[in-house]
Amino acid sequence: MKLIRNHTGKGKTARRVVSFAAIATSVALIATGCAGGGDTGGDGGGGGEAGAGGDMSITFIPKQLNNPYTDVVLGGGEEGAEEAGFAATEVVGPLEASASSQVSFINAETQAGTNVIVIAANDPDAVGPALEEARAAGAKIVAFDSDTNPKYRDVFISQVVAKDVALIQVQLIAEQIGGAGEIAILSATANATNQNEWIKFMEEELESNPEYADINLVAKVYGDDDDTKSFQEAQGLMQAYPNLKGIISPTTVGIAAAARYLSTSEYKGKVALTGLGLPNEMRPFVKDGTVTEFALWDPAQLGYVAAFAGKALADGDITGEEGDTFEAGELGEREVGENGIVIVGPPTQFNADNIDDYDF
Amino acid sequence: MSDTLTTAPAPTPDTSKTIAAVPKGRTGAARILLGRDAIMIYVLIAFVVYASIAIPRFASPVTVGFLLLDVIPVLLIALPMTLVIITGEIDLSVASIAGLTSALMGVLWAAGWDIGVVLLVSLLAGVVAGAFNGFLVAVVGLPSLAVTIGTLALFRGLALVVIGDNAVANFPPELTSFVTSKIGGTGIPTVMIGVVILAVFFGVLLHMTPFGRGLYALGFSREAATFVGITVNRAKFWLYVGTGSVSALAGIYWTLRYSSARSDNASGLELTVIAAVLLGGVSIFGGKGSIPGVIAGVLLIGTINYALRLGRISDVVLIIVTGSLLIASVVAPSVFDALKRWQHDRRVRRSLPQAALGTQPTP
Repeated sequence: MKLIRNHTGKGKTARRVVSFAAIATSVALIATGCAGGGDTGGDGGGGGEAGAGGDMSITFIPKQLNNPYTDVVLGGGEEGAEEAGFAATEVVGPLEASASSQVSFINAETQAGTNVIVIAANDPDAVGPALEEARAAGAKIVAFDSDTNPKYRDVFISQVVAKDVALIQVQLIAEQIGGAGEIAILSATANATNQNEWIKFMEEELESNPEYADINLVAKVYGDDDDTKSFQEAQGLMQAYPNLKGIISPTTVGIAAAARYLSTSEYKGKVALTGLGLPNEMRPFVKDGTVTEFALWDPAQLGYVAAFAGKALADGDITGEEGDTFEAGELGEREVGENGIVIVGPPTQFNADNIDDYDF
Repeated sequence: MSDTLTTAPAPTPDTSKTIAAVPKGRTGAARILLGRDAIMIYVLIAFVVYASIAIPRFASPVTVGFLLLDVIPVLLIALPMTLVIITGEIDLSVASIAGLTSALMGVLWAAGWDIGVVLLVSLLAGVVAGAFNGFLVAVVGLPSLAVTIGTLALFRGLALVVIGDNAVANFPPELTSFVTSKIGGTGIPTVMIGVVILAVFFGVLLHMTPFGRGLYALGFSREAATFVGITVNRAKFWLYVGTGSVSALAGIYWTLRYSSARSDNASGLELTVIAAVLLGGVSIFGGKGSIPGVIAGVLLIGTINYALRLGRISDVVLIIVTGSLLIASVVAPSVFDALKRWQHDRRVRRSLPQAALGTQPTP
């Protein structure tokens, strides 16, 4: 009897413990939130109520964060945004390059009242409805690096003409394997817009150009822009195709991972590797003879021009029509071409002779 | 929402524990107001209030719309997942089933099928996929963790076979705009009506039917459940059909919401779902949990995500917060249990000598 009464009495203690837990958890939550809230107060106030003055905000949404190539592009973008006169520059984005992960970031930016959204789309259509809502709310949309469906954006800032990028890689591999043999492609994700476009041009060129008649494309594999996966795919290619003469990797993550594999394997110097790479990442492999020559545009210029295009759109100087021109800071004037595409510049080829001149 | 669903006091499910642990002091209203679910709901409300005050533009119908559109797939799959985890099993293949459904939808629509037929066939694919899991777990008797890790890869692989590296985007605009449409000016997406109906269905099924109550027994002890007359295998089989079908619904929703059918849709979603279910108070060992708690868990993770994004906090912080929250939610109850046991032991130890003294016969 006594024992039971004791329990009902102790029930209060238990209740107190539980309430304490509830309060403690809430406090912890609020504390974590607070750290965030403190950060944002300033930007939110600055960026939102722009409109009239020159107090505009720009947000970059790359395919994924923490990607070395993206970091260089964004570096250029932030520099351009500052020079173009944006009051606030933000970079937000998903950690993995999946199709729909960018949508909630676009939504949040729409709600934050950003004036210009600069986006590299992981999927040309998945981001569409969200971008339309952003436009309805008054934002200007600049696509860069990887295009959205043209109806969802104002302009697209393209590295280079897609066909040129494809052709230069085919030309490089042809030179390096002596114009004949089996080659393979190590790409990013199976759905990546720009990689798939280049691969399409490469396939057409290999088929139609008689100079490449002896080159045989035997495989296309996808490393998902993931270092480990790309490394394993490169390894798998060598095992599956013992006669492989060369690999084209039109993605910076892929070429770096493949180079790392080749440099430590028996295939070093025997199997050619080319594609699109960052000079800083590829320098050791060019020096040790794993890679002879590869290509890339200056990614920083891409972000730089995108920022100026965004500013011109937001100021109403251009509308994204064919023939519109705008001033892109130190790079000079750029013209909007067919379908609202702005071309930044021709690709650069890197080899042992010139690689030390570049730092990105 | 449907949080009010189980306000009717449920009979104590854990009869097996009354002998070992301290008898529960709480009854009636106090039990509901201070239970694990209620705490989740308080935390959710506290966070929403905090975010509305601290984060500019959070308190608006736009937030409600975007936030709910984001959490609907997780919310949908979390419902049958709760039932599965309560029985002590797991289904890791849900996101892959959603991906397979999405891929199938894309291919059939591109082939010129009628959209109604496409939706029906896609849903059926989910049912079949779920039944396959159910067959292996319930009939063949394999461990669910192994089976669904296998089908996680298998279904995602099939999705790639079905649609390859293509993406189908030209779904009927009426349908895609319906999915993102809102009820009047409330900002609540129209599809939430369907989600609420499903939530009520699973809530009633779990908390108010003999089948649902039996799942708790099943989670505690398979043998005991068999002896009290629960057809264990049949129950498990239908639960997997349930997760399969609802995952297919989530896949259809995903495809139409992003108007893009791809093989990698919803990848990684299974972990988000399981994290939300565990945060909602469901025990990974089975036998414990409730639908209202899980709904609160899903909404809490969704709200934190959205608030941090609106505040432009990096996703890195976001996953750290979610992870810590999950660990805290799993550890906290164990700590309180240990605390209670310690109190109980101390009390028993203190009262025993007294009792012994009292009953000693005086010579």
